[in-house]
Amino acid sequence: MTLDFSGLTTRPGTAPVGAEVIDGGSRTTVQDLGRPGLAHVGVPRSGAADAPSLMLANRLVGNPEDAAGLETTLTGPTLRFLAAASIALAGAEVDATLDGRPQAMRSLIAVRPGQVLRIPTATSGLRTYLAVRGSVDVPHVLGSASGDQLTGLGPAPLKPGDTLAFGASALALPSVGIAAVPAPRRGIAHLRLGPRADRFAPDAITTLLTARWRATSATDRIGVRLDGPPLQLADDRPMRSEGMVLGSIQVPPSGQPIVMLADHPTTGGYPVIAVVDEPDVSVLAQLRPGAAVTFQLVPHSAPRGTSELSP
Amino acid sequence: MRRHLELRPAGARGVLVEVAGNATARKLAAAAPHSIGGLEDVTCGHDTVLLVWELGRTPPHDLDVRIAELLGSGAGVGSAVLDVPEIELPVTYDGPDLARVGELCGMSPEEVARRHLAADYDVAFIGFTAGFAYLVGGDPQLRPGRLDEPRITVPAGALAIAAEYSAVYPRSCPGGWNLIGRTDAVLFDPDRSPAALLPVGARVRLVEATQ
Repeated sequence: MTLDFSGLTTRPGTAPVGAEVIDGGSRTTVQDLGRPGLAHVGVPRSGAADAPSLMLANRLVGNPEDAAGLETTLTGPTLRFLAAASIALAGAEVDATLDGRPQAMRSLIAVRPGQVLRIPTATSGLRTYLAVRGSVDVPHVLGSASGDQLTGLGPAPLKPGDTLAFGASALALPSVGIAAVPAPRRGIAHLRLGPRADRFAPDAITTLLTARWRATSATDRIGVRLDGPPLQLADDRPMRSEGMVLGSIQVPPSGQPIVMLADHPTTGGYPVIAVVDEPDVSVLAQLRPGAAVTFQLVPHSAPRGTSELSP
Repeated sequence: MRRHLELRPAGARGVLVEVAGNATARKLAAAAPHSIGGLEDVTCGHDTVLLVWELGRTPPHDLDVRIAELLGSGAGVGSAVLDVPEIELPVTYDGPDLARVGELCGMSPEEVARRHLAADYDVAFIGFTAGFAYLVGGDPQLRPGRLDEPRITVPAGALAIAAEYSAVYPRSCPGGWNLIGRTDAVLFDPDRSPAALLPVGARVRLVEATQ
């Protein structure tokens, strides 16, 4: 689906066409906080893979936290702004420039008409979020602006020649112009034992919690494939497909775990050994190929073999 | 006889409920949103139901009791039977794997098509992608295994069969099931109400497509 909003330029309450895409980057998509609640028809929740970063960028420009912005993948887009705009960048660190001049992360940036914003390859992490005051204005599909990689719902990734329109924010700008957040503690993610942990050999849980896992290049919005010691099953009877939550660590026959991200399928037929704690899903979402992560149990979560909910 | 009911944690705000079979799973999936507060999502599987609560909510401590009560009550069973939607799906049996399925199941391709068409199906659950309905109830002689290597691209509308399930691929995507035919019906359309053509619990009858 081409992003072409020339027809929206005169719509009341909408700013003129905001920016032209010079270069789309590796895979830049429109994301808000997704369309949860549609798993019963097989539709993934979608939304920003690192939701907290999109929300921070939105707050900095005075948007509602769930406003639609752009999510990059490693290498970001180049945009020529046709109208004035207020923007902010959060998530993966990147040396963005405006007409060649370096721009800070996590700060409110004023863009004048005609200026070119370039978001090159991130210096760390994987996904950078660009929030624009007024939000990126695209048709909503099933209640969300998000582009879903699994189902193809929502807008297609940005490509050269696309035009982006921005809405008008009703909120006041924040009183701070820059967010001095501590550097995210990358590389460690907390998890809880999952619904099928009991299918795994005792060694497998130990391996999961002690190994240094590396993201492979087979990583996308659907999931992160991790490379490390194979996780052995104690019970390898075939399983029927069952529902999965965000952050589920699924183990296919190879023994190499896959962590479910925003566009993960609503069901899966391989056992889920653990579930990444929701606040730490962003750690996995920011894992670039080759980067490492280790897992720790959420403190006070149920030990293996028992359930807080045992009947 | 003890009813099978097992609750398994799925993250801080999720519970995977294992039940005795698909009819129970569908009953629970249909009843849960009306009887359990704060749910964000309910995913029906073949014999499981995944319940996910809204951010900030957690599963109630007496969830096992409440589910047992829901399942034990006769309420809703009668109306559930009466309310089952019946959907006709026009199909053509010209898929590239018809011969393979015939060989695996010991019958001619024509027999495969005849038996597949003759059966009535129920939607056991939806998963894998938007609108992908897992159909059960087919001929017990038709249980071919998946392909050794999945196809990189399966066309939208392809009618497929693997093990105990039949399905139609709603859109072009990779797929490892045997392709035995196709339909022109649109399985999923986000602008249509309902978006999914084949909802959970529907009865599906296949009919020969008229060209």
